[in-house]
Amino acid sequence: MYVADSRAGTPASAEHAARPTRAGRRRTALAPTVLALGTVSLVTDVSSEMVTAVLPLYLVAGLGLSPLGFGLLDGVYNGFSALVRLVGGHLADRGGGRHKWVAGLGYGISAACKPLLLLVHTLTPIGLVLAADRTGKGLRTAPRDALISLSSTPETRGRAFGTHRAMDTAGALLGPLAAFLILRATVDGYDAVFTVSFCVAVLGVLILVLFVPATGPEAPPRPAPGSAPAPDRPTLRAALALLRRRDLRRLTVCALLLGLATVSDSFVYLLLQRRLGVPDRWFALLPLGTAAAFLLLALPLGRLADRWGRRRVFLAGHAALLLVYGLLLTSWHGAALPYAVLALHGTFYAATDGVLMAAASDSVPEALRSSGLALVQTGQALARFACSLAFGAAWTWWGDRTALTLSTAALALCATYALTALGPARQPGS
Amino acid sequence: MTLTLRSRVLILTAALAALTAIALAAVVHASARAERRDRVQSGGPQVTPGPVTLDSPGALVFRNLAWGPHRDELTTVPAAAPAGPRTASGVKCLRFHAAAGTGVCLQAVHGPVSDSYRALILDTRLKERARYDVPGIPSRARVSPTGHYAAWTAFVGGDSYAGANFSTRTALVDVRSGRLTPSLEAFRVVKDGRAYHAADVNFWGVTFASDDRTFYATLATKGRTHLVRGDLRTRTLTTLHANVECPSLSPDGSRVAYKKRVPGLPEDAPWRLYVLDLTTMRETPLAEPRSVDDQATWKDERTLVYALPGDYGADLYEVPADGTGTPRRVTTAAVSPAYPR
Repeated sequence: MYVADSRAGTPASAEHAARPTRAGRRRTALAPTVLALGTVSLVTDVSSEMVTAVLPLYLVAGLGLSPLGFGLLDGVYNGFSALVRLVGGHLADRGGGRHKWVAGLGYGISAACKPLLLLVHTLTPIGLVLAADRTGKGLRTAPRDALISLSSTPETRGRAFGTHRAMDTAGALLGPLAAFLILRATVDGYDAVFTVSFCVAVLGVLILVLFVPATGPEAPPRPAPGSAPAPDRPTLRAALALLRRRDLRRLTVCALLLGLATVSDSFVYLLLQRRLGVPDRWFALLPLGTAAAFLLLALPLGRLADRWGRRRVFLAGHAALLLVYGLLLTSWHGAALPYAVLALHGTFYAATDGVLMAAASDSVPEALRSSGLALVQTGQALARFACSLAFGAAWTWWGDRTALTLSTAALALCATYALTALGPARQPGS
Repeated sequence: MTLTLRSRVLILTAALAALTAIALAAVVHASARAERRDRVQSGGPQVTPGPVTLDSPGALVFRNLAWGPHRDELTTVPAAAPAGPRTASGVKCLRFHAAAGTGVCLQAVHGPVSDSYRALILDTRLKERARYDVPGIPSRARVSPTGHYAAWTAFVGGDSYAGANFSTRTALVDVRSGRLTPSLEAFRVVKDGRAYHAADVNFWGVTFASDDRTFYATLATKGRTHLVRGDLRTRTLTTLHANVECPSLSPDGSRVAYKKRVPGLPEDAPWRLYVLDLTTMRETPLAEPRSVDDQATWKDERTLVYALPGDYGADLYEVPADGTGTPRRVTTAAVSPAYPR
């Protein structure tokens, strides 16, 4: 779940680039807010992935614990994190745009968790610290994506999200490297890893505070094309009423259905290993393959989404996922297969993760941007979680091949529905 | 934000300097530990380099954890004087076990960007006979009483932050032919009399019988653990008993010592040592009142040896296998004991 968990719900920033006075430059330059938020995400991901990378080693070799018990709590965290995301989205919208401060609170909570890891040495408190860290992640995601969306023009949103996701993923790849360099330079340097991770996290919060402008009420409302004017006050009811908008409802329903057919990353890697006999020592590297493809393709596919249509690219991304399933089902055992599967898997994320946020931004009024994006993300996250449970059960009852065949059929079916619901005829702004 | 760009950059630069200083101090502090750790601590066991073999009767071999130049090396002491001076072999292992002149040593290989792990099959003189990749952090190692089979378990995971979705991978090797079974998941599982398939199946902690056919291990699925009996010929695993982790078969093959998750104990220290009689299926709690997170070793038919956390990482203790008596510390700064017979 490397990519899905760490990136599925990362919202970004808002930017003053949207001000009419700068309209002329928007086509050429990315909003500085997007770059600032990208930097914040990059730095924060270095920090969090440093901890991720050494945590198993720390638990087993450092503390002598058996970490299996954690798996059981994982589901609870997942559901909880999705709900926190809704709360974060709503809080950010209330009072005319507190995105920056809600996001900052989320980044701050996660930063504060790093030194706490130095103080806890048993499974239960470690679990609590990690849960708090997830809460911070859940809180910051929707406001951050709203900031990204608000700070870019509708024409460049795909590119903005693509840039942000690429920077975010770069941080995720650098983090483990930093952690192992520290472990290499020290003796049992877990405390050093946690301390450095904390310093890096604080730096991320500082960059956010200093260089990301708050979206305030001074930002003039810019209703998305084709959407109704925003309601006066961003109440909870107004946030829920978003689902009455046909565009957003369609998009959410499609994201949800497609999410129900999106097998979690860990299953993809496990299937790849089983079907193709990937040697054990490469197993831990499989998520890096997906992340590398995601990193390289996020920006180009974001640009493509701006030109060709976000919903189209979003659907094309799921076609890539369908190909992943297809390749895993074939009996082809070529040496190129793992590369092809991981490249397509990364393409799937690059074509869907930021692109979905860009697409959803088209249908959500500014005043409710954060809540609207949170709604779509939460729906998608819960659907993927449900898919994980169902896939695990299907694997148990009928075996991995049948489970994958069922998922492939479900994905083809949902994609066909999404094609008619989001298809070219309904493509807004293209 | 009303600050000018200049002042914002200044604040960031100052903070960057302060944070870099803290981070550097933490790294320097942690790397200075190396020096202290390479120095012998006063009051610790005396360790001198020398020959270590796996066929000397009456010896105890383990991983030495005492600080000094021989930390983490396989060392040997007379089983009759386990707390005495140690002879260090120069071979470093994270986990180790040996029987009948065969040793299995799970090692970390320090790479430029990350560690990888491998299992070495050692001969009587600790020379490498074969090596295999280990896919994650090593946790358990066992050699069959005949020395013909070896097994090890690794924790695989770490690709999901806060998810901590760990799984275990248990491998088995026929030492004579070199034939490796990379994962016990290739075996057929019979649970409560029926074929059982599940995606969440994990195995760990193999222990072998002396017939070169039977072994026991832990099976975890749906949040519960089971004792399974494995058959190397039919490649089948059959569940026998619930709530058993890290089984260890007695030399006569009649009993299994294991750690049991006892309800009501703290979540982070939930285990107690038990012995299960395989004929009567009766469980006997042992006299060790602490939570033991180790695969115990049979010193002889009457005594179990296991590791508990200690000042240097771990100390070895022993307790009678029949539930009587009291635990006794065997030696400090040691883990992964083996009595090569």
